[in-house]
Formats: sequence, structure tokens, C-alpha cells
Amino acid sequence: MSARKVRILIAKPGLDGHDRGAKVVARALRDAGYEVIYTGLRQTPEMIVEAALQEDVDAIGLSLLSGAHLTIFPRVAALMKEQGLDDVMLFGGGIIPEDDAPALKQAGVANVFGPGTSTQDIITFVEQEMARRK
Amino acid sequence: MFDKEKLAELRKRHEKWVDGTLQKSLERAPERADEFITVSSTPVRRLYTPLDVADLDYPEDLGLPGEYPFTRGVHPTMYRSRLWTMRMFAGFGTAEETNARFKYLLEHGETGLSTAFDLPTLYGYDSDAPEAEGEFGVCGVAISSLRDMEVLLDGLPLDRITTSMTINSPAAVIWAMYIVAAEKRGIPRAKLGGTIQNDILKEYIAQKEFIFPPEPSMRLVVDTIEFGTQEMPRWNTISISGYHIREAGSTAAQELAFTLSDGFEYVRWAIDRGLDVDAFAPRLSFFFNAHNDFFEEIGKYRAARRIWAREMRETFGAKNPRSWWMRFHSQTAGVSLTAQQPENNIARVAIQALAAVLGGTQSLHTNSMDEALALPSETAARIALRTQQIIALETGVTNTVDPLAGSFFVEAETDRMEAESREYFHRIADLGGVLPAIEQGFFQLEIADAASRYQWEIDQKKRIVVGVNEYSGEEKIGIPILKMDQQGYDRQVARLREIRRTRDHRAVSARLSDLRQAAAGDANLMPFLIEAVREYATLQEIMDVLREVWGEYREPVIV
Repeated sequence: MSARKVRILIAKPGLDGHDRGAKVVARALRDAGYEVIYTGLRQTPEMIVEAALQEDVDAIGLSLLSGAHLTIFPRVAALMKEQGLDDVMLFGGGIIPEDDAPALKQAGVANVFGPGTSTQDIITFVEQEMARRK
Repeated sequence: MFDKEKLAELRKRHEKWVDGTLQKSLERAPERADEFITVSSTPVRRLYTPLDVADLDYPEDLGLPGEYPFTRGVHPTMYRSRLWTMRMFAGFGTAEETNARFKYLLEHGETGLSTAFDLPTLYGYDSDAPEAEGEFGVCGVAISSLRDMEVLLDGLPLDRITTSMTINSPAAVIWAMYIVAAEKRGIPRAKLGGTIQNDILKEYIAQKEFIFPPEPSMRLVVDTIEFGTQEMPRWNTISISGYHIREAGSTAAQELAFTLSDGFEYVRWAIDRGLDVDAFAPRLSFFFNAHNDFFEEIGKYRAARRIWAREMRETFGAKNPRSWWMRFHSQTAGVSLTAQQPENNIARVAIQALAAVLGGTQSLHTNSMDEALALPSETAARIALRTQQIIALETGVTNTVDPLAGSFFVEAETDRMEAESREYFHRIADLGGVLPAIEQGFFQLEIADAASRYQWEIDQKKRIVVGVNEYSGEEKIGIPILKMDQQGYDRQVARLREIRRTRDHRAVSARLSDLRQAAAGDANLMPFLIEAVREYATLQEIMDVLREVWGEYREPVIV
């Protein structure tokens, strides 16, 4: 059993500049002991998956508040599959109506966190998923 | 304002009260918490008395409404003469759909227009650009050429209403489209009234919709200020915005301090261009957030007016009283809305809007209850507008000017806001000014710290959000969600392709090449932009010319 820390990429795809949530979640995960890489803004799905490969991460968290999640999240999931990142967990959050969650899960997003989610819920979810995937 | 002897007497009496009346009461009924804090995590004292505002000098610090330092309001009669402008921010899908929403809102008593653009437009991309994938029309209206603008404004009385446009990096281009669209209908530019947000500094600080590096961006802003000063006396060429700084997670004092610092930076740049401060300053306008903490917000607005007036007169030497005026728009806090139990947001919005009114706002947008879920539905937007009408016409708060003045607490909050802002002014100056502070990530880190603290307080239940971490329950959301017209994108792309096919190609490339040359030099770009959009050069074609000349900015990534 290696002592390597679990690595998580927090990414802002699309054009929206609302980075409050992404930064809050990145900090909370870091404080919970994860190694967090934050991509910064305006990342294309290709850039995100490339960064995930380069950084050898265990999970990717997408944050999007523009409403483009139904296009962009599945694209990231598809590119991950193409690149063989099957063991990397994908989750997301933002202004995402409940009705859209099933379609995103279908596409390969493990969980979607809407407004009002506590950072503890996200940490707990990541912990469980990481344990399950070991 | 207070008699020294009377204050000394009060101090003694207060001490006695603490040891006697208060002590007894606390033994019987202890307080609910060790510390009471504002939304900005600032402690609030148990009681405010004249002792807390002992230094307040009425004529110096408050004055009379319509007079320096304008703490009590920019107009002598405030809402007794004219109510604030009820201006609902709207935009989605194609220009046709947004035009219909504008007409709906005007029919229901809105008094000014306010336009939301979609992200591709905000970043200077045409709707069919690869960068725009999935983003068409989802958080505003798509405007890729003059033709879209003509459709957007179709049938609207541009000579009688004012139009606000929330756009920043491409503000000058969109403004040029508005000017040409109006002129083609026979309305001269000098008659047009409205506002372009055009506040690029807060983009680097908070909203992050920047394109070019700060220096050329500032040049473009000053070009618009100069052009507006010369040709469009009824237009506000900038809306210096704290709203987005607050939405990004800042405290009230950070919102105020950073916004005012940005304002002073624009004034410096315009003066450096050789403009007379009294020629342009009266057209500078502001935009603030209206958050949950009622009294802190009211203190913020009152302090904003006082600081602006003082700095404009004392530091920048403005002589025209209108240059000292801070006029501002406000919008209730989107960040405070909850996706859980969304109907509760109606109550939040009402209270936030009331704070903006009691703070003396000139115009107001009230958020719709469904905005933590999606763009507002028609019904939700109507309820939000009705909320303003109820405040204006039923509550009586508009009957007198600045009704909370003289409240020991409100005056103490106003003083605190001014003091905290001035502390930030010093820190920003120590970093070398606003632009160096942006490049060092100072504002971004301050805001991220405040945002994390706020979330931590909620997670720890030190801060209650009704329906989220208290009084929550698993319930199905019972309000309708706005769904986009799936054919809108196809219609938009068809229109764009037709424009590209049918316009005068030689004229377009000549105007774009003129623009390229002007951008590399130091001429005012507004006339060049107007000529380019007139020939139906698209937004992206124009922005690509400027990208080519000025390059694109990458921000320092700091968490």
C-alpha cells in the first residue's frame, strides 16, 4: 500500500467565470487531505482530460454554472473513456436542475452536486468512492 | 452632533446598565450565541447608542440630501419625486425571444430595459464558433451582428426608455451596434439613454470575463468614456460594479472598497487621457449587490456615496456637484438564493430589495425565485417585479428621504464601511495600485478567503440558511423551470450565415483593416467600431482583430 495521496483535478470547463464554488470545493478537499489541482478557467473538455492524464489524477470534479452542462459533462466523460481513464471518477456541480442529473449520470458522471451542498457531503462522497474503487 | 456633557453622563449610565440591568437579564436569559456576526462575519454589538457614533458630525458626515457629501441621497426629494427605475435583467436564446420578454416586462410596468448576453457574446465569439458549443443562449441573449441587435430592439421605444447592457470585454462593439441600430430607425445617438457595464477591472477581480490584457482593455474603456462625453450626453459609459465581486464571495466591505478603487482607477486613466474630470465624471455610474444583512447593506450604500463624493472633490478636484454624485443600480444577491424550497427566495428578495431602497438606489433588479435552478420563468420574473411595486407603493418607505439616518446602528455601520474601505485603499496603494494588485492576485485571494469562511460557517451551522442547513426536508421542487427552444440555435446560425453571405465583403474587410490599424495606434476606436458594425462585420470578426493586435490575457491561477 503506497502512501501516495489521492489526487483530484478541479476543473472549470466552458466559458463561465463563476469560480467561487470551484475554489471553495478545491480548498475544502485540500483541507481534507487530498492533493488538489485546480485548472483555472475556460478549459475545453480536451484540456481537462489532458490535464487529468498528465497529473495522473484519481478523480475529476467539474464546476459549471452557465447551463451548458448537458453538452460539456458528457463530452468530458466520452473523452475520458477514449483516453482509457476508466478508473478515474468524474463528478460535477453547479447550477444544475435535478431533472438533468439522470442524463448526466447515464453519461458517466458519478454524482452531481447542486447549490446548497455542504462541502462535507462532497468530501464524504469522494472518500466513499475512493474506498470503493481501491 | 452630541453634547459632550450629555455623552459623559450617558457613558456612566451605560456602565451602570451593564453591571445592573443587563447582568441580571443575562443571568435569567443568556444570549443565543457568544458572538453575533453580519453576513460578512463582522461582529455586531448588543446595543448601539450615541456613544458608538460620538464623533459623528452632522453637517460634515451626513449633510442634507442632494448636497455634499450625499450620505442621505443624491436627490433632495428622493422617491417622493420619482421612484427608482424598475429594471429587470433579462435575456435568453435568440434576439426574438428576448425581444418578446422585454415587451412582456414593459407591459407589466417595468420602466427600463436591462439586457443579459450569453457567454459566447460576452467573450466575443459568434454563436457558431467552436468555443461557443453548448453555451448558445443559455445565460443570456446571443448577439453576433448588427442584425441580431436590430431584432432585439425591434418595436422598443429607444427614444423614451433607457437600456442597460451587461457586457464588458466587447462592450464597445455592442454599444456600437446599439447606436447604429437606433440611428437606422431615425433616433440620433445624442438622444439615446442607457448604460453599458464596461467595467473591465472587476472582470479580472471577480467575474473573469476578460479577453485582453489589462492595459489595452483600459484603453478601450477610456475610448468609450471619451466618446460618450463628446457625443452621447445621456449615456452612462460605465457601470462600476461591486455586484460580481460580492457574488464571487466577498464581504460587504470588500465589495465597497474594491469597487471604489476601480472607480478611482478609471477616473485616473480618463484624466491621464486629457479629459476634464467634470466633463466625464457625471456619467460614471455604479452597481451594487443587495445581500441578506439588512443594516450592513444600508450602511454600505450610504458610505459609498460619502466616500465617492469626498474623493472626487478632495482627491480629484472635481467642481461640478454632479461629479460628486454616486448614482447606483442594485440587484438582489443571486448567491443568497437557494435551490432548496425556492419559494422562500421570494421573501429573501423582498428584504434585500428593501435594503437597496432604504439605501437610496437609483434602479433595481429583483431576482426571481428560480434563479438557483435556471433562468427565470415568466411567472417568477413577474413576481420579482411585483415585489418592487409592493415596496414602492404599499409599504410607505418611499414617503420620506433616507428614513434610517440617525439610527445609531445604521450610522455606526456606515462609519465602519467607510473605515474598512479606507484600510483597503491603503493596502491596494501599497501593492502599487489596482492593476498590479490584480496581477498579484490580491483581490482574488481576499475574495476566495471570504468565500471559504462563509461556506465553512454554513457547514458548521454557525450560519443558518433556511431550507438548506435548517428546516430542510426532502421535497420535490414545485415550480416550473424555463426550457429553451431547441430550434433557436439553428435559427441563429442560419441568420448569421445569411449575413455573412449577403453583406458587402469589400466594405467589411476595409473597415476591419481600418480598425486593425487604429487599434495598433492610439486613436479612439469607437468611430472605427461603428463603421465596422454598420457593414455587418460580426462581433467575433471585430474581436478577433483586437485579439490579434492586443493578445489574450491569462490570469494567475491561485486557490
